[in-house]
Amino acid sequence: MNKISNKEVISDVLSRVAGVDKDIIVLASDSRGSASMTSFAEKYPQQFVEVGIAEQNLVGIAAGLASVGKKPFITSPACFLTMRSIEQVKLDVAYSQMNVKIVGISGGVSYGALGMSHHSLQDIAVMRAIPGISIIIPADRYETEKMMSSLLDYEGPVYVRVGRNPVEDVYSDLNYNYEIGKAIVMRQGNDITIIATGETVKIAVDASDKLKEEGIGCRVLNMHTIKPLDEEAIIKAAHETGRIITIEEHSIFGGLGAAVAEVVVQNKPVPMKILGIPDEPAIAGNSKQIFDYYGLSVSNLYNVSMSLLK
Amino acid sequence: MNDVLDLKIKATQIRLDLINMIYESKSGHIGGSLSSADILTVLYYNVMNIDPNNPNWEERDRFILSKGHSVEAYYSVLADKGYFPKEELKTYCKFGTRLIGHPNNKIPGIEMNTGALGHGLSIAVGMALGAKMDNKSFRVFTLMGDGELAEGSNWEAAMAASHYKLNNLIGIVDRNKLQISGNTEEVMSLEPLEDKWKSFGWDVLTTDGNDIEKLIDTFNAAIASANDKPKLILAYTTKGKGVKFIENKANWHHRVPTEEEYKAAISELQELMEVYLNEQNIK
Ligand SMILES: Cc1ncc(C[n+]2csc(CCOP(=O)(O)OP(=O)(O)O)c2C)c(N)n1
Ligand SMILES: [Mg+2]
Repeated sequence: MNKISNKEVISDVLSRVAGVDKDIIVLASDSRGSASMTSFAEKYPQQFVEVGIAEQNLVGIAAGLASVGKKPFITSPACFLTMRSIEQVKLDVAYSQMNVKIVGISGGVSYGALGMSHHSLQDIAVMRAIPGISIIIPADRYETEKMMSSLLDYEGPVYVRVGRNPVEDVYSDLNYNYEIGKAIVMRQGNDITIIATGETVKIAVDASDKLKEEGIGCRVLNMHTIKPLDEEAIIKAAHETGRIITIEEHSIFGGLGAAVAEVVVQNKPVPMKILGIPDEPAIAGNSKQIFDYYGLSVSNLYNVSMSLLK
Repeated sequence: MNDVLDLKIKATQIRLDLINMIYESKSGHIGGSLSSADILTVLYYNVMNIDPNNPNWEERDRFILSKGHSVEAYYSVLADKGYFPKEELKTYCKFGTRLIGHPNNKIPGIEMNTGALGHGLSIAVGMALGAKMDNKSFRVFTLMGDGELAEGSNWEAAMAASHYKLNNLIGIVDRNKLQISGNTEEVMSLEPLEDKWKSFGWDVLTTDGNDIEKLIDTFNAAIASANDKPKLILAYTTKGKGVKFIENKANWHHRVPTEEEYKAAISELQELMEVYLNEQNIK
């Protein structure tokens, strides 16, 4: 099992480039430890801004820094960044089109039994409805590295969500094409399509492999960019496979599933199933227990696929 | 229960209970829980007008744990007061429990769900304002962290509390001078903190927040005050209080003790307990 978390990759990449590009600024809100940014703060004290426990101030300051030419990367828990500071995100960052990268750490149900205050299960829904900001959720450490290379050349507002713990690899190296806004076909197949994002990509890939043993061709799309959404890949999947399942670490409302459904119903209506966290405060437990409880698992994905295929 | 020695024994028992919870569940916020154990003990066993058998009693004093991460101390107190069975503490943070890692108002005795910092004082203002509207005499207490005070919402609430002359509101700051990343004055300086609260129209009382006797006196003074200002108790505490190797160390904010550390912590507190129990026998 891989031991490197996606947030550590982000920290490593920023540490690598900050020595050359002095405009790169990392901001934290008493969150440097949980964001794996302690070593960055020690190495580049002039490029690190601590604001204390004040997430609204955090996003506003980042917008101000961007307006004078800095390249701010905010690193703080996703739950607070996308709720407490949402007006700063909407106005100061997205509406004003400031070059701020908002990195939400410990996203989804990473914080497990700490409860709803610490879960970010509405972040995609909220962010998606704001014009002018991209949303990216990398699937593993390799993809996080690819994403970071792209982001360093990308001017404009982006929200990135990563989990707390290391995730199992879905790639084995950096040797593949990655482009913001373009879904990646992880498995080919023409019977059914699973569209996944972030940590659920691994589950989708494993489910597809299991379905293959039954002779079922299950396409898997890694939708690392939720916005702008790769509509073309979705429409193609609807045409070619006729059935779509989405799976995400997010509320069943307003997330990846809803985004895909909007495209499907308006272009090529096909049967769909949306897997995610239902409309309730998530049950207490670690994230694996929570995933299993709500059917974000290989076995449930397999069963749901089978019933859609009937 | 008023005797100072009895309360010291209570606070020590609360510390033992909360360390057990954290060790068993492998999660929790040990530093801030230990730092606030004496404040919670004095509130629940001496100051507040409450009836654990009737948690929804309308006239009860209200309490909000704004620094919701100190929930282990809070649950231990509530269980000991009889709001729910002590046995249930064993389910803390386990699968399917209602005793999640931040206060949950599905549990009797808990008014509000907290966990995101900077909410408690606004809620307390609303409760205190409601009491005034209905001519009710209950008082409202809220416990905040010092690092928490960087959230601007606290100062919006502070302004509202004095604007509405909420002398039925008592805020307490657990002034342990530490937050996750280190010393509060290095992370985001708060001083001069007393002056800040005063300039927002509050009466400020300072005390040693780990001294039961002084805490009782300070709460009494705050309650006895006849003016129309909200009261702020600036309680100077030691983060991790009660376990020497945990005291005053930022990295013990949410570390879980190893087996060795756990045993050492428990035996240190048990020794203290023996001392108190002997004193009690001599009396
Ligand atoms: C809005 C919000 N931001 C961040 C956090 C994460 N967090 C939990 S505890 C903590 C530090 C709190 O420090 P302090 O208020 O001084 O509490 P204490 O020292 O008493 O533990 C932080 C940043 C949170 N719970 N809520
Ligand atoms: Mg503190």
